[in-house]
Amino acid sequence: MIIGETPPPTGAFGVDAIAMTMRFGDFLALDNVELKVRPGSFHALLGENGAGKSTLVKCIMGYYHATQGDILIGGREQKIGNPKHAHALGLGMVYQHFTLVPAMTVAENLVLARDDVPAVVDWSREKKELETFLARMPFKVPLDAKVSDISAGERQKCEILKQLYLKRRFLILDEPTSVLTPGEADEVLGMLRAMVVSGELTILMITHKFREVMAFADEVTILRRGKLAGQGRVAELTPDAMARTMIGAEQLTVQPPRVGEVGEARLELNSLTALDDAGAVAVHNVSLTVRGGEIVGIAGVSGNGQRQLVEVLAGQRDAESGEVRIRGERYSATREEMRRHKMSLLPEEPLKNACVGGMSVADNIAFREFDRAPFAKGGWWLSGAAFRRNAERKIGLYKIKTRTPDTPISALSGGNVQRAVLARELGGEVEVLIAANPCFGLDFAAVAQIHAEIMAARNRGAAVLLVSEDLDELLELSDRLVVMFHGELVHEARASEADLTEIGRHMAGH
Amino acid sequence: MSAYGISYLSGSPWLGVLAAGVTGALLGALHAGICSLPRVNDVAVGIALMLFGIGLAFFLGKPLIEPTAPRLPAIDFGWWSDIPQVRAALRINVLFLIGVAIAPILYWAFKTTRWGLLIRTVGESSDAARAMGHSVLLIRLRATMVGGFLAGIGGSFLSLFYPGSWNEGLSSGQGITAVALVIFARWDPLLCLWASLAFGGAAALGPALQSVGVTSGYHLFNAAPYILTLAIMIITCSPKRTLTGAPAELSITR
Repeated sequence: MIIGETPPPTGAFGVDAIAMTMRFGDFLALDNVELKVRPGSFHALLGENGAGKSTLVKCIMGYYHATQGDILIGGREQKIGNPKHAHALGLGMVYQHFTLVPAMTVAENLVLARDDVPAVVDWSREKKELETFLARMPFKVPLDAKVSDISAGERQKCEILKQLYLKRRFLILDEPTSVLTPGEADEVLGMLRAMVVSGELTILMITHKFREVMAFADEVTILRRGKLAGQGRVAELTPDAMARTMIGAEQLTVQPPRVGEVGEARLELNSLTALDDAGAVAVHNVSLTVRGGEIVGIAGVSGNGQRQLVEVLAGQRDAESGEVRIRGERYSATREEMRRHKMSLLPEEPLKNACVGGMSVADNIAFREFDRAPFAKGGWWLSGAAFRRNAERKIGLYKIKTRTPDTPISALSGGNVQRAVLARELGGEVEVLIAANPCFGLDFAAVAQIHAEIMAARNRGAAVLLVSEDLDELLELSDRLVVMFHGELVHEARASEADLTEIGRHMAGH
Repeated sequence: MSAYGISYLSGSPWLGVLAAGVTGALLGALHAGICSLPRVNDVAVGIALMLFGIGLAFFLGKPLIEPTAPRLPAIDFGWWSDIPQVRAALRINVLFLIGVAIAPILYWAFKTTRWGLLIRTVGESSDAARAMGHSVLLIRLRATMVGGFLAGIGGSFLSLFYPGSWNEGLSSGQGITAVALVIFARWDPLLCLWASLAFGGAAALGPALQSVGVTSGYHLFNAAPYILTLAIMIITCSPKRTLTGAPAELSITR
């Protein structure tokens, strides 16, 4: 008789989390939540930002230790002390933020992820093994390419391949498609779905895209503010019902209808070229006209030059060549020009790009006008009372949740930081508005409010350039849609006639 | 200082080299420990530690200015030549050979050993390392200690071989030059070797010109490595782009 280690079990298993409660100090992140993922199923975990989805899966993966509650792995109770323990049980997680090392090759990343990396790596043997492994896999990645050189879609595939390479049988995916084109998302999820159906894998996917839930998931669990709000079979639910369960009884801002005439050309980009931080061409020969009373959406997978384009318009980056004109006048993003042309900006990551975190909400709201009357007397003596009055008015108008106007803006939640920026940028007259991913990571209420404000600005005759990675948002708001790929505008369509698959193809560069 | 002191007390320069390495490793551990605290800037801590080291060395090393400690041996590579200048030029210190050997060894180790890959991972993306369940602090601590050990050995060259005595301000800023060198070499061990040869050449310019009789501008030529450092800093730094090749977790790139 041979006595040895029991061979590692294969096949999918289920995970149950029972009566999970998690406290961070005074804050109750999870309150008696239950999650049952059946073996061999594709389970979706829905919820708004801050609903406790990440906390729940981090408890399962051993990053956090739940205050109360039990975790059953394959029906047996397990105390998971740390991620390594979870890995040993066959649990794996694909994070929203990539955990690949950008400066290393794909092969190095895969080998490095193993728990038993040999002290000296025999690269020729490892390469051969990786190639035989890849031959069995539904999608391919270039092994010798540096991770920093491959596209976001390929990186996400790498992350998933890494988990399969490590023989994980229960996969947690945290918003896995946020950086993918719709086509890529369907490809990746379809392949995972096939592995689930064949019984090799169980999947728990955190997402907020109802389309993907409807198309790929068997069951869904919905969280709201740390509590279990609903669960059930996807086949028996509609996206509307799920959305209502997610947001509860909260009133959403109603978006005004699209009205008004398209005016004359307002913002013009002529053969604009800009470099990225590494000195490579990020924006290549971009020409675009935005007219008054029109929203032009720029679609594209993140990292195709949109950020650099917005930075040039915001004055954060110098253009290499080409020019920007507003009402026919040369524009070089000085404060004076922005004021004269009534230019407003909603940059991405507003806390970083549009606020001074340590300064008060009132100060931040006054940035555009702080050195003029009524805020300043004679251009230099600042009146605290005027700051306060203006802030109080706008805090009420834009429903900014802050304790006082003097609270540092960095203490506010993401949605409220964006509301404060909105109050500053859209509080006065607007003729040109540049918005970049204005709703990224925000909850439904904030998204509805921001969309309504952008539409209202358009209806008042502003020329709006909306850069977004969220195609649904672009299709909802834009009049015209252009696709940016590798720094160039490669496709243009009227939003009302836009074809999702066609746009997805252009986003992927085909 | 520690190298010179131990060499003087024990009579063995190699024990001195070891002592310098251990001192470097301890200071490295202190550096890593402080930098692991949240919101600590590694450059500022590095400068503070450098000033601390200079002060400490002078405080402890005052009695060592006078006595003579045994020096490191040199290997005579000039035996084939009859010209005394060539023979003198080819008396090469063992530490130099160790340094030349370490560069390709490190290059290989960073590519093919588990430790090399791990060190690169914690340097490039601590999130990735944490997600794999590795302790970022421990790996950084050990790596910084090894770096400190090597830096200590490098420093022992000054007191035990050239010039071969100890005094305050012995290194005259050559540690800073080493920092510039690493930036210039883009954190690549093999490029570091070539860069260090270039810097060494620049440093030898002054004494070499003096020995052949060019005395005017002696101090100017002695300043060559510092001018080179400045020039490299100016060329490689630009407000518009980040450094390529720099580990992504350094505070200069974050």
